[in-house]
Parts: sequence; C-alpha cells; structure tokens
Amino acid sequence: MTPLSHYLILGAVLFVIGMFGVLTRRNSIGILISIEIMLGAVNLNLVAFSRFVETSTLNGQVFAVFVMTVAAGEAAVGLALILALYRSVRAVFADKFNILKW
Amino acid sequence: MGLSGLVNASLVFKLVGLVAVVFAVMAVTLKNVFHCALALAAMFFALSGVFIFLDADFLAVVQILIYVGAIVILIIFAVVLTERITSEAIRQTNHLLIPGLLLCASLLGGFVYVIDAARLPAESTPAQAETIRIVGRQLLSTQAEAFEVASVLLLAALVGAVFLGKEITKK
Repeated sequence: MTPLSHYLILGAVLFVIGMFGVLTRRNSIGILISIEIMLGAVNLNLVAFSRFVETSTLNGQVFAVFVMTVAAGEAAVGLALILALYRSVRAVFADKFNILKW
Repeated sequence: MGLSGLVNASLVFKLVGLVAVVFAVMAVTLKNVFHCALALAAMFFALSGVFIFLDADFLAVVQILIYVGAIVILIIFAVVLTERITSEAIRQTNHLLIPGLLLCASLLGGFVYVIDAARLPAESTPAQAETIRIVGRQLLSTQAEAFEVASVLLLAALVGAVFLGKEITKK
C-alpha cells in the first residue's frame, strides 16, 4: 500500500503547478485551466485523508463532491465572463482587462 | 482491497502520478490553449486513476464525468469562440515568470517539509467496499443542508452564465 505521504506530495506538486499557471499565464482561459488543476489537487488531498484517517463515514469524499460542484459552477460562470469580456474588449488576455478602471 | 494486493501497486501509482504531473505541466506551459485543454483532460484521467488507488471508485467516475465530460468541453467551447487570439506568436506569459517560479518552488519546499515532518497515520482501517452507498447516505442525511445549498448554487451559476453569455443590446 502506498503511504499517505506520497499522495499528499503528489497533491502538493499538482497544486504548485496550478499556482504557477495562475501567476504566470496571460490568457484568462489558461488561468481558469490552472485553477481547475489546483482544485483537482485539493480533491486528491481530501480523498487521500478520507481513505487513511476516517473510512467509516467517507466525509472526505463527500466534501470532494461539493468541491467538484463548485468547480463546475465556477467554470461555467468564469467562461461566460471571459466570453462577455471578449465581446467588448476583443481580447482574452488578463492584462487587457482594464475596463473597470476609471 | 483491490489494487493494493498487487505486487507492483506502488510502481503503478508512481507511474500514474508521473503522468498526472507531466500533463499538468503541459496544461500550464503549452502555448496553444486548445492543447492546454486537452492536456487538462488527460491530467484528470490520470487523477481519476489515483482515486481508484484510494478505493474511491465513485469519485473516480464522477471526476471523469464532470471534469472531462463537462468542464473541459466548456473550456474548449470558450477557446473556439475566442479563436483568433490564440495564435502561437503572441506571448503567453507575463513578466512574473521568474518570481512565480521562485515562489512556487519555495511553497513546494514548505509543503514537502510539512508533509515530511507531520506524523501521518499509517494505513490501518480497511477500505469501504461500497463507497457509493455511503456517499449517497451522507449527502441526503448528514450533509443534506450543504446538498441543498449546492443545488441553489448551481442554479445561480446557471442563471448567471446565461445572463452573462447573452448578447446585451444597448437601448
């Protein structure tokens, strides 16, 4: 059986990769992709803890279901926002989105 | 239970984890956003393989259904609808490349240090055989309020996405 620390380290690596994408991408769709990677990494941690710490109630897995729900809603609203912005600004790059400034 | 009885389960886990990491790096660094979306789908396939290692069979299937079946398709739709911009020639990263790399590397170092120092529980409890029944019970009994809130949240997201996606005509 693979020890818990291996799962946690895999989750940490995926989370850091997603964070790097959020920090460095210009394309806002790319930023959304990176956020999905981060949410997936968090899910991995939740499921790993639910397997190793508390298996009778599977609370971690139930929580992961909620994380997926929120991720789906976030993706839908985020992409709708990007499309609405694309219609007015004609760009998907985050540094072009400055129409809220004065 | 399941895969843990196999001789090389640990090796297979490392392989699947490596695939997930490689596809995650591709999804973050590739220039073409369409390729990024495809790499994201592959990453979630590998991640659901890891879920199977954790005896979370229901969640592995849900992962593929929601992420690969819905979210990646949605992202691909957004990429296609904003096509003209995603050519290879345009710079895809901002000026934070080096600081971001340093920050993420130090964060990863901190994570690994904490995970290494923590006294994590060894595997002692047996896995649940029927996760889907327990998860369903939890959703409709203990977590019923959160379940209802999640349904309202999804409805709000649906309405909001339709409103935002609609062409706004100025009077």
